Amino acid sequence: MSSTPTRAYAPYSQPLWKRVLLTRESAIIALTVVVICWALAAVPNFDGPLTLKYLLQDTAPILLIALPMTLVIITGEIDLSVASIVGLSSVLLGVLHQGGMSVPAAGAVALLVGAACGTLNGVLVAYVGLPSLAVTIGTLALFRGVAVGLLGTTAVTDFPEAWTDLATGTVGESSVPLVMVPFAALVVVFTLLLHFSPFGRGVYDIGLNGEAARFSGVHVARTKLVLFVLSGVVSAFAGLYFTLRFGSARGDNATGLELQVIAAVLLGGVSIFGGRGRLHGVLAGVVLIGVIASALRLEGVTVNVTNIVIGVLLIVSVVSGALVAYVSGRLRRPRPGSSAEAPETSSRRAASAGA
Amino acid sequence: MKFHTQRSAALVAVTLSAALTLAACGGGDDGGGGGGEATGAGGGQSGGDLTLTMLPKNLGNPYFDVSTAGAEEAAGELGASIEQVGPEQASPDAQVQYINTAAQQGVGGLIVSANDPTAICDAIDEARDAGTKVVTFDSDTSPDCRDLFVNQATAEGIASKQLELISEQIGGEGEIAILSASANATNQNAWIAMMEDELKNNPDYANIQLVDTVYGDDEDQKSFDETEALLQNHPNLKGIVSPTTVGIAAAARYLQNSQYKGKVALTGLGTPNQMRPYVEDGTVTSFALWNPGDLGYLATYATAALVNGEITGKEGDTFEAGKLGEYTVGPDGVVVLGDPFVFDKDNIGDFDF
Repeated sequence: MSSTPTRAYAPYSQPLWKRVLLTRESAIIALTVVVICWALAAVPNFDGPLTLKYLLQDTAPILLIALPMTLVIITGEIDLSVASIVGLSSVLLGVLHQGGMSVPAAGAVALLVGAACGTLNGVLVAYVGLPSLAVTIGTLALFRGVAVGLLGTTAVTDFPEAWTDLATGTVGESSVPLVMVPFAALVVVFTLLLHFSPFGRGVYDIGLNGEAARFSGVHVARTKLVLFVLSGVVSAFAGLYFTLRFGSARGDNATGLELQVIAAVLLGGVSIFGGRGRLHGVLAGVVLIGVIASALRLEGVTVNVTNIVIGVLLIVSVVSGALVAYVSGRLRRPRPGSSAEAPETSSRRAASAGA
Repeated sequence: MKFHTQRSAALVAVTLSAALTLAACGGGDDGGGGGGEATGAGGGQSGGDLTLTMLPKNLGNPYFDVSTAGAEEAAGELGASIEQVGPEQASPDAQVQYINTAAQQGVGGLIVSANDPTAICDAIDEARDAGTKVVTFDSDTSPDCRDLFVNQATAEGIASKQLELISEQIGGEGEIAILSASANATNQNAWIAMMEDELKNNPDYANIQLVDTVYGDDEDQKSFDETEALLQNHPNLKGIVSPTTVGIAAAARYLQNSQYKGKVALTGLGTPNQMRPYVEDGTVTSFALWNPGDLGYLATYATAALVNGEITGKEGDTFEAGKLGEYTVGPDGVVVLGDPFVFDKDNIGDFDF
């Protein structure tokens, strides 16, 4: 028996166009387009010149934080402390600027502190081995407490106009806010990192099976630490934007933002159990929630109703996949020979996971 | 095991239905353009049909429910349509989104109680650029970023109304004391200074002596204890003025169960819901505050006058405000509602805030 071991690759189960179009991400993008069309057609003033600008300005912090959050959730972890880091960075910018520091210097300090916050989360999760849910609930309270403690119930509002204009301004004469420039750069960075680098393959591997990932040479702990640090820095950056956009540094800035970020990430097709999800789906998820909120506000609907709509949408999006699978499973059960295709499908599943 | 194929089936279903709706949307898009023109035409008519947005600090706040009711009454008289919107929590960033929405809708006027004097200014500027008149009420922004501020009361008005009430209740003579908030509360100190001034200079109050000023720090228990100490230290005390809602309620609670009930008068600034039991059982005869309903009513008339071009918001402009009469714009674009409103046994039942 001297057969040379050859490697057999399973053929793709579907043609390329199916693999590209028949994904959850495509479904979310299509739904987003449908909702935008509905809003343009049915919601008065949604087609106005200010809509795009306000929509992007409002969703910018969520868009920003959703990038690292996607990677964190794909590894099967979660970071609930992001909104508190936003608040802390906001307060630091305010306090340091009030103390005489220039905005860029104070901003740099805030970003460093954001990195430090992320490092604390990352070390506790990756090296101490604590569950990220517990760790980041703790740091959610901790960072928010420090933020409110530093500034109390007051607000710092005397930021130089040059900087607040930068946060509220648009690119040239268009209605695209300036904050979309650093955001676009971050999208490129995170797309390369997640979808086109060995680091990104490791992120999926950790989410699918951390133990297997470790044995196949993925630096599990280091990868997680890097992701939490990225999450901290990007959240701190979102905090700077948030502060300058409203010209107001307050300890309670962006309270509850973490839930909006996580809702958008899950709506965008990322599995909360890790290992599955893609960035374009997440960005569509953020835009979808933003468009719904903006359109309903224009309709004069109260914020409670908006929350109900988004909550139901999130649950439907999670349940529908499982429900359709269950129903079609019931329909297919009597068919013979289904056990024979089992090994093949399972290998296909592994091959397509995360792709 | 069948996970993958079933999943594809699900995705086919979802994507297909989405694609179908999308195709339908292609047709709907023309409708969207048409809708846009239609709303454009609607915007043109808005010179006649006045649209207003009422944006309180937050929703579900009884104080603002009363002011919105007043605004709706005024809007009804003016034939304007008014919509109340607002965030759940009184934070400036949440308010900005509603100001942006008003700008998008191109409403004629926005009536807002600011959660922050500067943080919402950029958003207000954009709304004003879009042609919306912006009036603040109850809580102002920096004067340069809004068209008008409808102020509930002036410091002079609050000070002299409280003296008038206490003088009436003690028969124009005797010792009085003040139970204030904290020793460095800006508002309270300004009112106290004006009251001291008027006590000295107004011959009507020649027989009234201010014997003490104590500070309850706007804490219920401390205000309660300070009231007790006041009454023990000054056995001839005939009246207490408490220009803070926490202080007056705590002092009333002390008086209610003490030998001084009905003998020592108490007045000041309070809210009807807090003071109701004490007014009904006679511990307190009357107290002052402004009427938020009138505040919303006046703000709505002022906004309508701005939108219709009757006034521009400069000092000296005058406008009619329905049942409240004529008002004049003061310095810095401020319109003052008037003297504080006096609540007593006869009218307290009409208010719920």
